[in-house]
Amino acid sequence: MIINHPLLGPRDAAEFTYFGDANLIHRPDGSPDTTGNTSAQFYTYQYLRDNPAGEHRELWFHEGGDRSWLVVTRNTLTHDISNVELASDVARAEGRST
Amino acid sequence: MNQINRLDGGQIDRSQTLNFTFDGKSYQAYPGDTLASALLANGVRLMGRSFKYHRPRGPLTAGSEEPNALVELRSGARQEPNTRATTTEMFDGLAANSQNRWPSLAFDAMAINDRFSNFLTAGFYYKTFMWPAAFWEKIYEPIIRKAAGLGSLSMQEDPDQYDKGFLHCDLLIIGAGPAGLSAALVAGRAGASVILADEDFAMGGRLNAERFTIGDQSGADWATSTVAELATMANVRLMSRTTIIGAFDHGIYGALERVNDHIATPAPDKPRQIFWRLYTKRCLLCAGATERPIAFANNDRPGIMLASAMRSYANRWAATPAHCIAVFVNNDDAHRTAADLVANGVDIAAVIDTRSTAPDSAYFEVIKGAQVINSSGRLGLKSISVELPSGEIRQISCGALGVSGAWNPNVHMTCHQRGRPVWNAKIAAFVPGPDGPPGMTTAGAAAGVFSTAGALENGANAAVAALASLDIKATTAPLPRAEDTEARLTPFWHTSRGKGRAWLDQQNDVTVKDVKLAHQENFRSVEHLKRYTTLGMATDQGKTSNMGGLAIMAELAGKSIPEVGTTIFRPPYTPIAIGALAGRTRGMAFHPTRLTPSHHWAKEQGATFVEVGNWLRAQWFAQPGETHWRQSVDREVLGTRASVGACDVTTLGKIDVQGADAAAFLNKIYCNGFAKLAVGKTRYGLMLREDGIAMDDGTAARLAEDHIIVTTTTANAVNVYRHMEFARQCLWPDLDVQLISTTEAWAQYAVAGPNSRALLQKIIDPEFSITNEDFPFMACGEITICGGLRARLFRISFSGELAYEIAVPTRYGDALMRRIMQAGAEFDVVPYGTEALGVMRIEKGHAAGNELNGTTTALNLGMGRMVSKIKDSIGAVLSRREGLNAPDALTMVGFRPVQSDRPIVAGAHIMAKGAPHDAAHDQGYITSACFSPNLGHSIGLGFLKNGGAREGEIIELVSPLTGVNVDAEVVSAHFVDPEGARLRA
Amino acid sequence: MHDLAPLTALGADAPLHETIGAVTLTEQPDFALASLSARRGCEKEAAIALRKIIGHAAPAPGRSTNSQGLVAFWVGPAQWFVEAPYNSHEHIADELKAAGGDAVSVTEQTGGWARFDLSGETATEVLARLCPLDAPQMQSGAATRTSIEHTGCFVICREALRAFSIWVPRSSAGSVSHAIETAMRSIA
Repeated sequence: MIINHPLLGPRDAAEFTYFGDANLIHRPDGSPDTTGNTSAQFYTYQYLRDNPAGEHRELWFHEGGDRSWLVVTRNTLTHDISNVELASDVARAEGRST
Repeated sequence: MNQINRLDGGQIDRSQTLNFTFDGKSYQAYPGDTLASALLANGVRLMGRSFKYHRPRGPLTAGSEEPNALVELRSGARQEPNTRATTTEMFDGLAANSQNRWPSLAFDAMAINDRFSNFLTAGFYYKTFMWPAAFWEKIYEPIIRKAAGLGSLSMQEDPDQYDKGFLHCDLLIIGAGPAGLSAALVAGRAGASVILADEDFAMGGRLNAERFTIGDQSGADWATSTVAELATMANVRLMSRTTIIGAFDHGIYGALERVNDHIATPAPDKPRQIFWRLYTKRCLLCAGATERPIAFANNDRPGIMLASAMRSYANRWAATPAHCIAVFVNNDDAHRTAADLVANGVDIAAVIDTRSTAPDSAYFEVIKGAQVINSSGRLGLKSISVELPSGEIRQISCGALGVSGAWNPNVHMTCHQRGRPVWNAKIAAFVPGPDGPPGMTTAGAAAGVFSTAGALENGANAAVAALASLDIKATTAPLPRAEDTEARLTPFWHTSRGKGRAWLDQQNDVTVKDVKLAHQENFRSVEHLKRYTTLGMATDQGKTSNMGGLAIMAELAGKSIPEVGTTIFRPPYTPIAIGALAGRTRGMAFHPTRLTPSHHWAKEQGATFVEVGNWLRAQWFAQPGETHWRQSVDREVLGTRASVGACDVTTLGKIDVQGADAAAFLNKIYCNGFAKLAVGKTRYGLMLREDGIAMDDGTAARLAEDHIIVTTTTANAVNVYRHMEFARQCLWPDLDVQLISTTEAWAQYAVAGPNSRALLQKIIDPEFSITNEDFPFMACGEITICGGLRARLFRISFSGELAYEIAVPTRYGDALMRRIMQAGAEFDVVPYGTEALGVMRIEKGHAAGNELNGTTTALNLGMGRMVSKIKDSIGAVLSRREGLNAPDALTMVGFRPVQSDRPIVAGAHIMAKGAPHDAAHDQGYITSACFSPNLGHSIGLGFLKNGGAREGEIIELVSPLTGVNVDAEVVSAHFVDPEGARLRA
Repeated sequence: MHDLAPLTALGADAPLHETIGAVTLTEQPDFALASLSARRGCEKEAAIALRKIIGHAAPAPGRSTNSQGLVAFWVGPAQWFVEAPYNSHEHIADELKAAGGDAVSVTEQTGGWARFDLSGETATEVLARLCPLDAPQMQSGAATRTSIEHTGCFVICREALRAFSIWVPRSSAGSVSHAIETAMRSIA
């Protein structure tokens, strides 16, 4: 596969390490003073994932490159990659800024 | 007599004679020959025995689709089984042997199988070896294994080398026949970067095998001159002897280039083959077409081959399988075989055409509306039986029979991403479907365009279109005049007349009857048919047989062929040696080796090395007189604990963490607190995975408010760095923290033992005090040594002794180790290796990789209280899950044998005294064990249910696998200096 | 001045210098290396600090700059490596930190990497046997990380088609240089 890195252009997927569902960005807050069922939230975060036959947003690490984490939107049926973003941009856009 | 079946002409170089042997007998050939063409020229038709029935077989084809003529090529360690004689380029000294026969090719004892063919039908294995079950492993499998397979392996290491490589292009053109050459000219002239790959050693495809003209030249000459023009273009890479083996995602293709298979042995340092990874923007598949046979009884005798193969042998290689030949066809195209053979001086016995409308010829007899229904000749064809339209049977004597059921486009590569070919009724064949690999288009015969003129035009236009999609403008030049006849055929797959087995798949010995049996037993989908009968499996992937099988299935099911459907093809297109896939990555070069800064010094000391990941680390340093490794290790441990020792610990991962939020960041990734770590201090840290399992441990040394150095275990350095970058970029993207690995930027040595301070004081520049007051346990700082070299000092201890780790820029690491030894001579300093390191950490009860094994929690490790409850850190929440906190949870404890001469064995399971030795009574397991030279007996660390409360209990350690059963006492994990007085001294 | 003698990455008495066919491989031990990262929100200040030392704007992704032997190349978002002659810039990390202050994170990398120069008519053919880079298309100044012999290395194109520098993790210098020499012999 070829991943079109947003900064470096097309790079062989062999340079990357696959991690998993991009929802792993959405780690719940585990602070002791958080209200709500923290352990249930972490259970969901850690173990419950969709396994779509089709478009899937997933995390890839450019281990053999610039060490960026990327969010890659890949069709699991065709391997067609429709979007590649820097994970840090996605994380900020999705509310991970502190 | 020499080369009795050699004709005039051909594209062989008669100025030079090559000698070769087949089954030990010597023959002669010419440059340009293949092994098959040379054998045919020498009158040899019998080249192999079939897989199952050991039937005598000769070549069916003249190309890579060959099912029969498989030989063992070369000898000794270079012997390679199952090599196709039809694609083996001749060289002087070539030695080949037939396979799957005993004692000889002409008399094969296993041919007895042919007599029992009624038993060896489709599904034979499934039906026969079902019972009794106990027979399988001891009786059936060994027999089957012995009888199975064709060639044999040399069982020696392959002396040849294989390279890997990477190439990029705008347009990959697969196949250098008329379509491919025409496309390459257009793309090359347009300036695009082009790779033109062809599996043959001579580019030109069928142009080399036919008598067509292109413009004023012969087809072969046109191919030669076109290749010559392409060779002048810097943007075109011509790759002959190169098979594209597969179409992978996003325009990546695998290519096997046989750079030195055409010579006896590659020159020193030169690869035999190169496996290329091709990065392409577009691909044009011009892979041509494969002729298909017609099945009839005993259609597998040596001498019966595809009509087009006969033309190839006659026109290109000036070889003929016999001097009197018949041809059996269902189409116009194959009549040219008879015409070309006549032109080459070969007698044509008759052309038998299944069509009553077949064209006539002035040069040979055409028997219309007839079928070949049987053949005879024990080791080679002698005659055929022809059923005339009247029903009369006519015997025709002939030494060879050309067969043609028309052509199948080579659609294989279009299927590699699950594309499905579609039926084209006009040519009665599957053609590429619309869902082939993205970026791939097809042209020429591969696309079902069979005429030469059509291929030239189609190839050129396809190149223009492919480049246009890349915004590269290309134009077609006027094309030369070429053959442009329409394909005319009437589908005909097999004769139902005649007695005897009609072979569909000659490589797997699958007959028409096998397909009928499969259908009768309800294996009716094409996928089931394939697996039940093995039709289309093995090295040729059914290139000449699949269509026949499908047609018969369709006939039996009363459906059309497209309704029945087709199986699809997988990579590789033709077989590829594992050696080529491995490339240089084998033996000692299997993985790269990382050397520590003290490696050269350690080698001088006679160290024994051990692989730790890719690292080579000194395991122990044997001294004169030491004959057993334990003597060396015990001495290193005792010497260190008594005085001082030094060990290279550079391999531990080091990650430089900087930024205003460096401490806040570490507070999130370590389960224990780091926010308040003072500058100049080091702290032990435990990292958890988010699921609460321990991930890694190490230390973090705060050199400044905004600068912390994190260490990881050697094995986890890469994973921890990746994990920290994940936390930084994905979880907390706005923390001010920057990470970079500095693992090997610093040579780092542990100096341990009661005299470590005294030793280091001789090296460290005097302005830096390392007294216990000025530089206490867990202190860290930047210092200078040896008169001004920048260095880092950490007062940390893995051994449990007063100890330091000292780091200098790596280029000075070698000199520093020598200096430590020099300065330590007065203290009898000992260098120690990983074994002594391991013994000392077990004696001290420190967890390492054996304990941080991916299944254990902080609680299991006895560090449950380290998991801070007052902050959020990765893994903290899930580590509190009920299941991980059961009252009888495994806890790390120590073990010592009740009888001091008995060993504690790592991997042993723990059973309560007297309890049954079974999984239900399992109490835990031993993770680490060693002989403690300080205690004088074996010791171990392990996880025991509720271990913390069981000190003093006698348990049994059992390892049924190794027959170990030892009584041991549960003790504290801290065998040496449990109060930790030494490391604070 | 301290009295410890340095050792090259390959550990031989003299740096490797080998010509095979039309290509030469040279070990270059006399360079210092440091990484510089911009701190949060300090990309501009970091760029100014970098310019102060290297005399150039910070190189873009996939690029390097070279000014009188001071080379900077991009290694990651807001992160660069700076390469400088060892004799004059042994303390390049300190120079960068002094120029950037709290706007930058600087890490000494001299000991972490070993530089090998590959030059000659067929240098790109050698690289094609080693790594997936499209070396013939690399312009002078192109710089990128790639994998050679399963090892992450930086490849900098010094002169298009014929001269490249390869920064190799120091501990793997033996394996990687051996792989390069093997490829050189293979294409020679």
